[in-house]
Amino acid sequence: MTGIHKKKVTPYIFIAPQMVGYLLFVLGPLIAVLVYSFQDRNLLTGINQFVGLQNFSKMFRHDPIFWKTIGNTITFSLGQVPLNILLSLAIAIMLSRQFRGVGFFRTLFFSPVVTSAVAWAIVWKFLLQGGEQGAVNALLGIIGIQGPNWLFEPGWAMFSVIINRVLKNLGMNVIIFLAAVMNLPQHYYEAARIDGAGRIRIFLQITVPLLMPTLLMVTIITVIGSLKVFDTILLLTAGGPSNSTMVLVYYIYYQAFQFFQYGYASAVALVLFVFVLVLTAIQWSTRKRISHYEN
Amino acid sequence: MKISNPVSFNRSTMTRMAPKIGQYIILTLLVIPFVYPFWWMMINSLNTPDQIFGMPRLLPVSWKWSNYTEAFAYQPFAKQFLNSLYIASLVTMGNLFISGLAGYAFAKMKFKGKNVLFLLLLSALMMPIEVTLIPNFFFMKSLSLIDTHIPLILIPIFGAQGAFTTFMTRQFFITIPDELEEAANLDGLTPFNTFVKIIVPISTPVFSATAILSFLYSWNSFLEPLVFNDNISLFTIPLALANFNDSYGLPQWHLQLAAATASVLPILIVYVIFQKKIINAMAFSGLKG
Repeated sequence: MTGIHKKKVTPYIFIAPQMVGYLLFVLGPLIAVLVYSFQDRNLLTGINQFVGLQNFSKMFRHDPIFWKTIGNTITFSLGQVPLNILLSLAIAIMLSRQFRGVGFFRTLFFSPVVTSAVAWAIVWKFLLQGGEQGAVNALLGIIGIQGPNWLFEPGWAMFSVIINRVLKNLGMNVIIFLAAVMNLPQHYYEAARIDGAGRIRIFLQITVPLLMPTLLMVTIITVIGSLKVFDTILLLTAGGPSNSTMVLVYYIYYQAFQFFQYGYASAVALVLFVFVLVLTAIQWSTRKRISHYEN
Repeated sequence: MKISNPVSFNRSTMTRMAPKIGQYIILTLLVIPFVYPFWWMMINSLNTPDQIFGMPRLLPVSWKWSNYTEAFAYQPFAKQFLNSLYIASLVTMGNLFISGLAGYAFAKMKFKGKNVLFLLLLSALMMPIEVTLIPNFFFMKSLSLIDTHIPLILIPIFGAQGAFTTFMTRQFFITIPDELEEAANLDGLTPFNTFVKIIVPISTPVFSATAILSFLYSWNSFLEPLVFNDNISLFTIPLALANFNDSYGLPQWHLQLAAATASVLPILIVYVIFQKKIINAMAFSGLKG
């Protein structure tokens, strides 16, 4: 009797710590953030007042910076993702061939991925100094180009954080694409070569369609990642100049922990949640469709 | 199809070599912005502040090793280093143990509500910690755990990182044949002992991969330490790096670069040694979304 009883309980004991932790630190807080978004929370006075939809009406109707933040977040994603995907795919294809030193290049492209975004941003902050101070402008000066003040001019600041982020994370996508390219079924290629198809045709008609599932997955992962950018922004531009690099997570942080508008920040956090939820739903549905094809 | 034609031999080796050389040139040019910042950082960690700017140099000018001793004296950098090290180690161990146990149950045991609970846990994977940060802050505050390391240890173990480790270990445990456990059961081992003595030893690939991921996650995380810790002696390395300012708020560039080098170099060395393992682990983590 006790043996059977024990057996029934065992799995629950095994999963209990993880599940309880999940309730305390993930699910509970998610419900809480929803509640907070209808409150005016003040840490100093300790008053948490229900304010109905006030946070949302402020966010959607009376806060131009919120809309700027949404626009910037989308610009950041749209700027970052295609560059990241195209470049990482090209590098992965180059690195999928066997040649001397291929491992060396793989190691190098990947090295920023293991580095902290903070250290990476700190170094680039020096490299991107304006005038002739920064290394980038000094090098551009050699070929007669006068570089801008990268991090302090509204147009260039966004460009700079995009490039910085692409360089930091690109290695990750290179590795994912590389694994996919190396695992492509070879018999398609042999057949195509026998049929006399050229390199470009083989790439467009065999490689690209076969890589489609990976391409979709990597794109969505990269978009979700780009929605969560924080440390790069804080260290390079702190959202400036004049909010031109203010993005969602930085705005949440700013409203909550600099401005102590916890209720309002919670409403903004919900927007991030909805974005990620929609993207994840797309990812799951495509994954389902893809596995359907594979079967 | 190797038909060697003596007349076109030279030409064909030329055309065969040219793309190869071109490939090396393209790759070398492409790789510069990924690698040069590290070199720049190391060189200038040995320069004086005014030598840092302007035309980049290939070697340090003044070899000012005192930048490093100054950086460690400027703030309790050695302590902050240890903070990062012990937090990341605890996160890694807690993660492997708690999530490994859960992953094992989800992979190998039958119980009511298994699928629902597993899906529930998986939903944590798509939950950005940024969304739940404010409630977690209030939760920790109500427990008087602000300005301690406990939030930095608990949240990764039980939050999305923990859910991911559960998922990853489960995928691995599923591939282990049931006969092993049946034999262990016949030998009178309890499920817990079966896990510790039979399953864990043969699961080093998945455990080492998850260990790498958990460690790097904790080691590099920035937002959580920033929110949960105000006290400089509690800072982790990323926070400390961002904090090299003098009392007027002016950055101490040379010290910042020395500290950045001191923090990045060990990781890079470990990476170069275990690169295959680390790259595989990270590639797998990319699949989680």
